[in-house]
Amino acid sequence: MAQKKKASRPSSKTLPKAPTGIQGLDEITGGGLPRGRPTLVSGGAGSGKTLFGLEFLVRGATQYGEPGVFVSFEESIPDLTRNVASLGFDLDRLVADKKLFVDHVSIMRSELGETGEYDLEGLFIRIADAVQRVGAQRVVLDTIETLFGNLPNPVILRAEIHRLFNWLKQKGLTTVITAERDRPDKLTRHSIEEFVSDCVIVLDHRIREEISTRRLRVVKYRGSTHGTNEYPFLIDEQGISVLPISSLSLDHAASAARVSTGIDRLDGMMGGKGFYQGSSILLSGTSGTGKTSVAAHFVDAACRRGERCLYFAFEESPRQVVRNMRSIGIDLDQWVRKGPLQFHAARPTYGGIEEVLLVTHKHISSFQPSIVVVDPITNLLMVSTQNEVRSMLTRLVDFLKTQGITAIFTSLTAAGELEASEADVSSLMDTWLLLKNIEVGGERNRALYVLKSRGMEHSNQIREFVLTDDGLRLLDVYLGPEGVLTGSARVSQEMREKAVVTFRRQEQETHRRELERKRRIFEARMVMLRAEFEAEEEILQQTISESELLGEEVVQDRVQMVLSRKADSSAYKRDGRAKGGRRR
Amino acid sequence: MPTTKTKTRARPRKPAPRKPVIWNLRLYVAGQTPKSIRALANLKALCEEHLKGRYQIEVIDLREHPQLARGDQIVAIPTLVRRLPRPLRTIIGDLSDSVQLLVGLDLRKVD
Repeated sequence: MAQKKKASRPSSKTLPKAPTGIQGLDEITGGGLPRGRPTLVSGGAGSGKTLFGLEFLVRGATQYGEPGVFVSFEESIPDLTRNVASLGFDLDRLVADKKLFVDHVSIMRSELGETGEYDLEGLFIRIADAVQRVGAQRVVLDTIETLFGNLPNPVILRAEIHRLFNWLKQKGLTTVITAERDRPDKLTRHSIEEFVSDCVIVLDHRIREEISTRRLRVVKYRGSTHGTNEYPFLIDEQGISVLPISSLSLDHAASAARVSTGIDRLDGMMGGKGFYQGSSILLSGTSGTGKTSVAAHFVDAACRRGERCLYFAFEESPRQVVRNMRSIGIDLDQWVRKGPLQFHAARPTYGGIEEVLLVTHKHISSFQPSIVVVDPITNLLMVSTQNEVRSMLTRLVDFLKTQGITAIFTSLTAAGELEASEADVSSLMDTWLLLKNIEVGGERNRALYVLKSRGMEHSNQIREFVLTDDGLRLLDVYLGPEGVLTGSARVSQEMREKAVVTFRRQEQETHRRELERKRRIFEARMVMLRAEFEAEEEILQQTISESELLGEEVVQDRVQMVLSRKADSSAYKRDGRAKGGRRR
Repeated sequence: MPTTKTKTRARPRKPAPRKPVIWNLRLYVAGQTPKSIRALANLKALCEEHLKGRYQIEVIDLREHPQLARGDQIVAIPTLVRRLPRPLRTIIGDLSDSVQLLVGLDLRKVD
C-alpha cells in the first residue's frame, strides 16, 4: 500500500486524488478519485451505486477527515440510514458530529406545474448551504437524473445539470454523481456522462449460471493511469471491497527462510529444509493419494511452531478433516481450540468465484496467518470456467506472496493426466508435489515426488509413503529391475535383501573362523619350532663354552711350564713380559 | 415561517365576499435575477387581474434564507407555491405563460 501511494505521487502533482477508502479501489485508480472534480458512477438497478457514494463519504469523513454532503434524489433519509446501518455505517452519528450532511430532494411531479423558464438555483443553494454547514470537501449526488422524471423541460434541465457540475468543480468539491444505466450501450439514461469528463466508473451486477457477481470497471480516468479490467467486488458487512487485482507489478519480496513440511524425510527431499517461506505449493494427485494428509502435516508443524494457519476447506467440513486427520495421528482439534488454526469451509457454489476470492481475502486479512491451505482448488472449477479460476488463483497467489504467506493448494487430478494439472495453475506455483498411486502386483501404493521446486535443490526420487497411526512416513527407495518397488514388491525385495545380507554375514563368519584356526595352528607350530630351536641352541652353547674352557687351560699350562724352567731373570721377566704383553 | 423577512403586500379585504379566503402565494427566488423579477411581475399582474384584494404574496430570497430551500423542497427557481387555499400547488418557471399559470393555480373557478 505504502509503496503504491509513493508510486502514484509523481502523477499526483498534476492530478491530486482523493482516496475513497473503499478496499481495493484506491489501488486500481492509483490513489482514489480525482480530487475536486466530479466522478460519474453508473450502474444498473441494485448495482451498489448508492452504497458506493455513501461509503465514499463515510470513509472520507471517518478516515481522511473530509466531511461530506449526500444529496439523495431517491431514498429518504430514514431509509438511507437504515439501509447502510446493516453495513456498519452510523449515519445519524456522523450527522450529529457534523461530519456528514444528508439532504433529501423530493419533488412530487403531480403537484407541479410549469410555466416558462427556470433554473436549478434552488438546488445550488441547498448544496452550497449543506457544504458550508459541515465544511464538506466531498459531495455525492445520488441519482441526479431522477430530476428528469420530476422536472419539466429536459433541455433546460440538461443545461442546468451541466452548470451544476461545473459549479461543483469550481468549488473544488470531489463529487460522485451516480447514474442509472438501463441499457448496455449507454452509460446513463440521459447522457449526463457528457458533462463528466474526468472519471467514469461503471458498476455491474450480472448473473451467469445462476451465480451473481458484481463487477467494477474504471471506464475513463483522465490524466491518470488506471486498471482497465473489470474487477469483481463484494458488498458485505464491511461495505464494498474491490478485489485488489493481480497487483500491477511482480515486486513482492522473496524470503530465503525455509519452513519445515512437518515430514522429516520430505524436508530431506527438499534440500533438507522444507519449503521456502512465502512460496506457493501445489499438491496434486488423484483421489485418495493423501493430499490432505500432507497438508495437515504442514499445518500441524506450523501450529507447533506457534504460527497461525488458515484452512479453506472447499470439499470437506472442518470436523470431517479433523476426524480424518486424527486417524493418522494428527490432532488438529487442539490447534483449533487454542487458536492458531482456523477453518473456513464453504462450497464455492454458494457464491461466485469472485466471492470465494473476496471472502478468502477478507479472512486472510483479518486473521493474518502465516500459512494458508486451500483444499482443494479443483472444486472452484465447479462454479467457473478454467480461465476465471486461473485468474482468480493468480490473484490469490499474488496476494499471498505480497503478504509473505506460505500457501498450499491441493488439486485433484483425474487419473492419467497427472502432470497436466487442473486450471493450468502449475506455472503459478513454486513447488509442486505430485502424489500418485502406483499399481503393482495387484495393489495400489502411495508415492510422492517433487515435480518442481523453484530455487532449491530437491530430490528426483519417487518415494513411497505410508499413512500410519503416527502420521505419514516416507519409506526408502527400492529400485527393482522394473523401476521403483512399492508395497508388497518392496517388502519382498526387502526380505530378499535381508536374506542376502544374512547369508553373507554367515559366510564371513565362516571365513573368519577358518582364519582364526589357521592362525592358531600357525602359532602352535611356531611354539614347537621355537622349543626345538631352543633345545638345540642350549646344546650348542654348552659345547662352545666347554671348548673355550679347554683352550684356556692349555695356555695356563704353558705359562706354568715357562715359569718352572726359569729361563730369564726375574726382573727381565717382569718388564719383558709387560712390554711383550702391550705389544700384542 | 415566522422568521422570514417577507415583503408582504396585503391588500385590504373590503369587499368581504362570501369567500373570505385569502390566497397565500409564496414565490421563491434566488437574488434579483431577471427571471425572478419577471416571475414576480407576471404573478402580480395575474393576481391583480383575478384576485384583486384577496391575495398575499411572500417573496422568499433563498440566498438570504438557504435553509428554507430544504424545508420547502425547492430545487428550481423561481418556484411559486400556493399555500392557501389547500391543496398545496407548486409551479416552477418565470410564470410567463399566463394560461398555464391559471391552470396551475386552479384559478378558473374563481370569477
